[in-house]
Amino acid sequence: MPLQPTIGLEVHAELSTKSKMFCSCANEFGAPPDSHTCPVCLGLPGSLPVPNRQAVESVIRTGLALGCHVAERCRFARKNYFYPDLAKNFQISQYDEPLTHDGHIDLEGEGQPVRIRIRRAHLEEDTGKNIHLSDGHTLVEYNRCGVPLMEVVTEPDFRTAEHVREYLYTLRSILQYLGVSSADMEKGQMRCEPTINWIDPDTGERTPKVEIKNLNSIKSVYEAVKYELARQKRAAAMGEEELVQETRRWDEAKLVTATMRLKETADDYMYFPEPDLAPLAPEPEWIEEIRASLPELPRARAQRLVVDYGLPAYDAGVLTETRDLADYFEAVAAAVPDAKLASNWVMGDVRAWLNQEGGDISTLPLAPTALSELVSLVAAGTINNTTAKDVFAKMIAEGKGAQEIVEAEGLAQISDTGELERLVERAIADNPKIVEDYRGGKRKAIGALVGAVMKATRGQANAGLVNKLLKKKLG
Amino acid sequence: MQLHGLSAHELAHGLAAREFSAREVVEDHLSHIKAVEDGVQAFLLTTPETACAEADAVDQARAAGEDLPPLAGVPVAHKDLFCTRGVRTTCGSRILEDFVPPYDATVVARCREARLPVLGKTNMDEFAMGSSTENSAFQVTGNPWDLERVPGGSSGGSAAAVAAGEAPFALGTDTGGSIRQPASLCGIVGMKPTYGRVSRYGVVAYASSLDQVGPFARNVTDCALLLGTIAGHDTMDATSVTDAPPDYVAEMRRGVDGLRAGLPKELFGEGIDPAVKSTILAAVDKLANLGIEIEEVEMPHVDYSLPCYYIIAPAECSSNLARYDGVRYGHRTAEPVSDIYDLFSKSRAEGFGPEVRLRIMLGTYTLSAGYYDAYYVKALKVRTLIKSDFDRAFEKYDVLLSPTSPTTAFKIGEKADDPLEMKLADICTIPVNLAGLPGMSVPCGFVEGLPVGMQIIGKPFGEPEMLRVAYGYEQAMGWERRRAAL
Ligand SMILES: [Zn+2]
Repeated sequence: MPLQPTIGLEVHAELSTKSKMFCSCANEFGAPPDSHTCPVCLGLPGSLPVPNRQAVESVIRTGLALGCHVAERCRFARKNYFYPDLAKNFQISQYDEPLTHDGHIDLEGEGQPVRIRIRRAHLEEDTGKNIHLSDGHTLVEYNRCGVPLMEVVTEPDFRTAEHVREYLYTLRSILQYLGVSSADMEKGQMRCEPTINWIDPDTGERTPKVEIKNLNSIKSVYEAVKYELARQKRAAAMGEEELVQETRRWDEAKLVTATMRLKETADDYMYFPEPDLAPLAPEPEWIEEIRASLPELPRARAQRLVVDYGLPAYDAGVLTETRDLADYFEAVAAAVPDAKLASNWVMGDVRAWLNQEGGDISTLPLAPTALSELVSLVAAGTINNTTAKDVFAKMIAEGKGAQEIVEAEGLAQISDTGELERLVERAIADNPKIVEDYRGGKRKAIGALVGAVMKATRGQANAGLVNKLLKKKLG
Repeated sequence: MQLHGLSAHELAHGLAAREFSAREVVEDHLSHIKAVEDGVQAFLLTTPETACAEADAVDQARAAGEDLPPLAGVPVAHKDLFCTRGVRTTCGSRILEDFVPPYDATVVARCREARLPVLGKTNMDEFAMGSSTENSAFQVTGNPWDLERVPGGSSGGSAAAVAAGEAPFALGTDTGGSIRQPASLCGIVGMKPTYGRVSRYGVVAYASSLDQVGPFARNVTDCALLLGTIAGHDTMDATSVTDAPPDYVAEMRRGVDGLRAGLPKELFGEGIDPAVKSTILAAVDKLANLGIEIEEVEMPHVDYSLPCYYIIAPAECSSNLARYDGVRYGHRTAEPVSDIYDLFSKSRAEGFGPEVRLRIMLGTYTLSAGYYDAYYVKALKVRTLIKSDFDRAFEKYDVLLSPTSPTTAFKIGEKADDPLEMKLADICTIPVNLAGLPGMSVPCGFVEGLPVGMQIIGKPFGEPEMLRVAYGYEQAMGWERRRAAL
């Protein structure tokens, strides 16, 4: 049997709590350097940690959403290593007793569902940031030090880069739906470290494990895993280079991985139970309360959109990528007669605008009711799609309602049969050559005649009606 | 007027009756410190200006008829292990020689709320590691009963200051005996409360699961008063207990009638100086005369306390002390360094003294992969067994009695080269920390002019029963009236 790839993921997500993990400093991105620090998160002598209940709740929420078991009793542990961004030179994390464990995420795969087992989702604190200056000095900034961090670890269940990518999109949207993390990899709110090697299914022999770092988007994770799978396969099959246990760095510019650090021996972090914190024992009532408050998750919501609105699965998938987008769509769809039309607009023009502006749905200056108004005008045939696109742009630019713009600018479609009949007759009279072609069997020639009518009405004619009238006149 | 010999409660009484002012109390103590400090060397730092200012504020408030806490104006001294805002806190270490904390430890804040002027910061073994205060990076403190001898440790500065009359009471910390042993050697009262009774926030950690803050005083009443001042829940310490502490002075006065005491055989065994042992047994007889029922009790696992402690404490210490790396504060090497790790190791090698380096290395070793299960995990199991020995004993007894220290104060330098001999000084006190229990030492006599202390061990939150025994004994014997002649 050929070698099989095995890929496991460690994902870190910064939790969007009000305060830090073990102190009352604000958990806020982008504040002036070191402005959110105190004796506790600076690790000053004598300071002590007090756990943040909201962070514990966030991990329990996530664990429950991933089908994990919530530990009746678990512990924080110290992970000891020296590094300047770590104020105490140890990180409070969890080791052999994680808060939640043994869950899963089901992927769509390529038509063939794939189950990725979740080994654990636990709680720890983030480190500060080292800032390397061009003069060789390094500054350390501690605003991030002590921010609550959740680590979600999978079993090595992935076989392809595509599965890794789908997993990350799915996990991201679950975290966003749960409201526990913004989970934006570009902003470092979600970080991912894949571990990749190959196994010979016959002998059970494995190639050395390689971990990849410096991945700043889901796309780079995908590219890096794809690259690394290929590199390792070539190496294993052709013996081009020797595979070693190592950490490799993804080079975003060259699109390759390169050795960062060899791991001749396993790291020894000298974990031991955190003596400053009692064991954590979430009350069963609290866990049930959290379970009862779980929101509808993306997959379930997508399935519901298909059933409730008759949307294609593809539309439902796109619309449920974020909770806010799905909320927006449902608000629009509630007030229009044609949900598919609403979906076309949200997936089309709305998302195009968001992509162009680089914002999320909350930045769209158009309330769902405003878009409903526009979609309803299209559905009723009052304006056609081309006109509607212009109206959409004007609504955003001028902040006016769709109806208001259509009326003020006289954009309503011409559906008056009398007027259209006159224009159709003129188009036939002005284009004898085309009429001849049409009658001679070139049925497509009718398009040119429709175009002539549309031109005469500056696009406002009801194209469907024009088509019908032309066919009637031409016999 | 000579005020420095008065007890804290006598001072409080005189202040309330306006027999003297807080300013006078503070000034008299400061001048006494000046007079004796050359020999005692209990203080690393005195804070006369702020002490006087705090005293003046108390006097003004009293003159204005404001309600004041009962001990307002009675001065106190803090072990230099407590963070004091704006006041240098060294932990007896070169590595924190110039460290000025931006915040107060909770116990410091509670003393401030109680309006106790702070006389200064007292000497200690570096990072509270030691039993003689000789491990201080800065000075050697003398025992007020014989300045050639050690005051015990690690809170030797606080103990010596109180014994020498430099302060009516003081605070220290106790990880394996660091309050009780120096209290015993200096002939005063010292108590390590139940783990969790007093906040550790702002108290520089040695071994987090064992450290506890407690009072030194020359009599049991003052000890109860200071304990009441610092005890109670603190939201900044996740290991501090939430239930409110009782009125310790009222509890203390309830008498000894009906109390039962056990004598753990293992704490009277090998290594206890025979003269110390007979002094303790005489005190035990006295307690029996006072109506306390006394029996011998076996606690077989207590014999393993010392090795158990020297696995757990260094392990926690190696991690707790990792933060002193020369990056953010504290000593940074002046030598050229090749990289950040070189900066770490040079700064730490220069900043820490030999005993601290030894314990960090010991702890790093026992936490390492391959050794963790054999040492650390096993030590935790032994700790559980020791605790269950105590649990069983306390099903029958209200308190346990033993010597506090196996010997009286030894000569300065006598055990400095024998780390094992030095560590045996805590053989009777360490089990109490491992079990998280309260323990106190009360003066119970003298051997060749040197004080002997009896240890009273309580059940969890059994400080009231301990204080009843201690107070009953003190009332009967009056040892506290005998003072060191300086
Ligand atoms: Zn903080």
